[in-house]
Amino acid sequence: MNRNKTKGTINKNSFKKIKTATKIEKYNFLYSTDNYNVKFNRGLSEEVIRKISKYKKEPKWMLDFRLKSYKVFLKKKTPMWGIGALNEINYNSITYFASIDSKERKDWKEVPSSVKKTFDRIGIPKAEQKFLAGVGAQYDSEVVYHKTKKEFADRGVIFLSMDEGLKQYPELVKKYFGSIVPFDDNKFASLNSAVWSGGSFVYVPENVQVDIPLQAYFRINSSNMGQFERTLIIAGKNSKIHYIEGCTAPRYSSQSLHVAVVEVIALEGSTIRYSTIQNWANNIYNLVTKRAFAYKNATVEWVDGNLGSKLTMKYPAIYLKEEGARGEVLSIAIASKGQKQDAGAKIIHEANNTTGIIVSKSISKDGGVSAYRGIVKISKGLKNIKSNVKCDAILMDSKSKTDTYPVIIVDEPTAEVSHEATVGRIGEEQLFYLMSRGIEESKAITLIVLGFISDFSKQIPLEFAIELNRLIEMEFENSVG
Amino acid sequence: MTKPILSITNLSVNVENKKILSKFSLKIKNQEIHAIMGPNGSGKSTLAYTIMGHPKYNVISGKIIFKNKNILLLSPDKRAKLGIFLSFQTPLEISGLNYFSFLKNSYTNTHNKNITALKFNMLVKEKTKTLNIEDSFLSRDLNVGFSGGEKKRAEILQMNLLTPSLAILDETDSGLDIDSLKLVCKSISSLKKEKKEFSAIIITHYKKILDFLKPDFVHVMYDGKIIKSGNHTFANYIEKHGFTKIINDYKKQFKK
Repeated sequence: MNRNKTKGTINKNSFKKIKTATKIEKYNFLYSTDNYNVKFNRGLSEEVIRKISKYKKEPKWMLDFRLKSYKVFLKKKTPMWGIGALNEINYNSITYFASIDSKERKDWKEVPSSVKKTFDRIGIPKAEQKFLAGVGAQYDSEVVYHKTKKEFADRGVIFLSMDEGLKQYPELVKKYFGSIVPFDDNKFASLNSAVWSGGSFVYVPENVQVDIPLQAYFRINSSNMGQFERTLIIAGKNSKIHYIEGCTAPRYSSQSLHVAVVEVIALEGSTIRYSTIQNWANNIYNLVTKRAFAYKNATVEWVDGNLGSKLTMKYPAIYLKEEGARGEVLSIAIASKGQKQDAGAKIIHEANNTTGIIVSKSISKDGGVSAYRGIVKISKGLKNIKSNVKCDAILMDSKSKTDTYPVIIVDEPTAEVSHEATVGRIGEEQLFYLMSRGIEESKAITLIVLGFISDFSKQIPLEFAIELNRLIEMEFENSVG
Repeated sequence: MTKPILSITNLSVNVENKKILSKFSLKIKNQEIHAIMGPNGSGKSTLAYTIMGHPKYNVISGKIIFKNKNILLLSPDKRAKLGIFLSFQTPLEISGLNYFSFLKNSYTNTHNKNITALKFNMLVKEKTKTLNIEDSFLSRDLNVGFSGGEKKRAEILQMNLLTPSLAILDETDSGLDIDSLKLVCKSISSLKKEKKEFSAIIITHYKKILDFLKPDFVHVMYDGKIIKSGNHTFANYIEKHGFTKIINDYKKQFKK
């Protein structure tokens, strides 16, 4: 999807000519407002959960779901296998819910000006006009703006905040909510299930192809804030959808928490691409459970870019449930000073004729730590299975670190499985070659890095690729010397 | 007497603590073409890399003056901007880096001027035509999957775009078919003709390229220095007698 539009070579210099529509500035959001109508005191308790549910006027089953999830969250131990210290998170220092007015608008003019200013700076309204089929904008706990272009709304495409989705389509939500990522899946999925707010609900009817992306934008705006959006995407038979999420936050000295759950269902013959450009400030713990079920001949692609955060732990998963299903996870991670990127992928083959591809690229610099962590599982007796895993890492200096933890469980001898991993530094010879052509060192490094991640940048819409490249130029061209 | 454009005096160079160049001296004037021959390991490529400024090549004494400037403290990009170009013996592959984008970056940086993608495209097309390079080249990754000959022609394309004052060709003729070789020589000749300031160092193992180019000087390197020089007919002598005789003569003279 959208592949044709973005395929081909990306010529960085010609980018400068194009007026960019979307900004993904790194850590450069000084705007912060504190005009909440409701802002809960810090800390988590059963009472907080009841208050959230009551405020949202939810059906009882959702309150029950939240409460049982909370119990599991309390019971589950903090996982200690990652590269970052999760036990440093102080759950009682976090605000779990803050609302401006719980109004979802379809017109930017109605969004409070201070909030709109923030999204203007990121370039969302402009991007919406230019190349998106719909936009959702979440500000801390709640979605403040949501709109789907008429042409797609008319064809039955539903793109709402999760809260609105629950109100308008309770049966659909009840059927699928928690069916892909169960409430007791892991400690953070349980936390999200207990306190979720916002996120997107997407439903694409049978045979409807949405050929331009939908975008949701998530912003954490106050300090010590927790954002717990919950997203559910259902693609009907032979439908097609590209969903993009972007994340930013201003930089505060204290920690914030982003714990999301994303559930994706690709019904027979459908194609879902889910792209993420995660650019949280580097005081944010970003702990996300993303999982997709792909049914007969369906395709699911996670395109996952992790640039920001203090610690990210995220392993987008695809269960290839039925024959002919295809899954692909393409990710990049940049771990800079003070950052840990623990990212990867899971592909579980559960049917014949299924294909899974994982491509992971990471760059560690200025003491940053990155890890690829992945699982590929192929059960015995499955026929015609193909699996390909490739992880490449670049270390920019000796202070930085990278690790690879690939798990490949193959119980079926006929499966075609390949795994490749490389770790390297920016080659002295490559650098010399570029410099001998008049290109100065920092620029030469940038060109090599951009080349390294080009598999990724070719797969995101051009507007994002431009900004991504600009961001990387900023990051790398100022860091040398 | 015109001043030399490049003047190398008593240059000694270590690579990983091993001395490769030893009190090497060479002066090149504008519009001159110098050929450097010599057995493997005599220091020819080291000379090329050292002039271009490879960080691995450690200059322990001596001077390199280019256009009246001591270039030894300059990084390779600054040397390129001054007008030095090295055609690599084994050009590096960089995946994901588009060849056209690389060319444009190197053009704008070396010449220190901006050019629109459209204009640059026209300029490149003009050059690719004369070098018999297919347009599809430009959309490929830098040197990735190029054949040996394609890589060499791609180097010459860069030379023609960067129009240096000093071109160093490090065994560019190795592995080239005769038609490509002629194209390379034609590029050198036309640069020499068109540019007021141009000279070249041709490092080679074969006489063929020298037959076409008719260099002003042919030098034989051995043990990190030039041991014998002559005009372009000297290449015939070398072909006839091999390096052994020249080296033996040099050693005898050295003993005396």
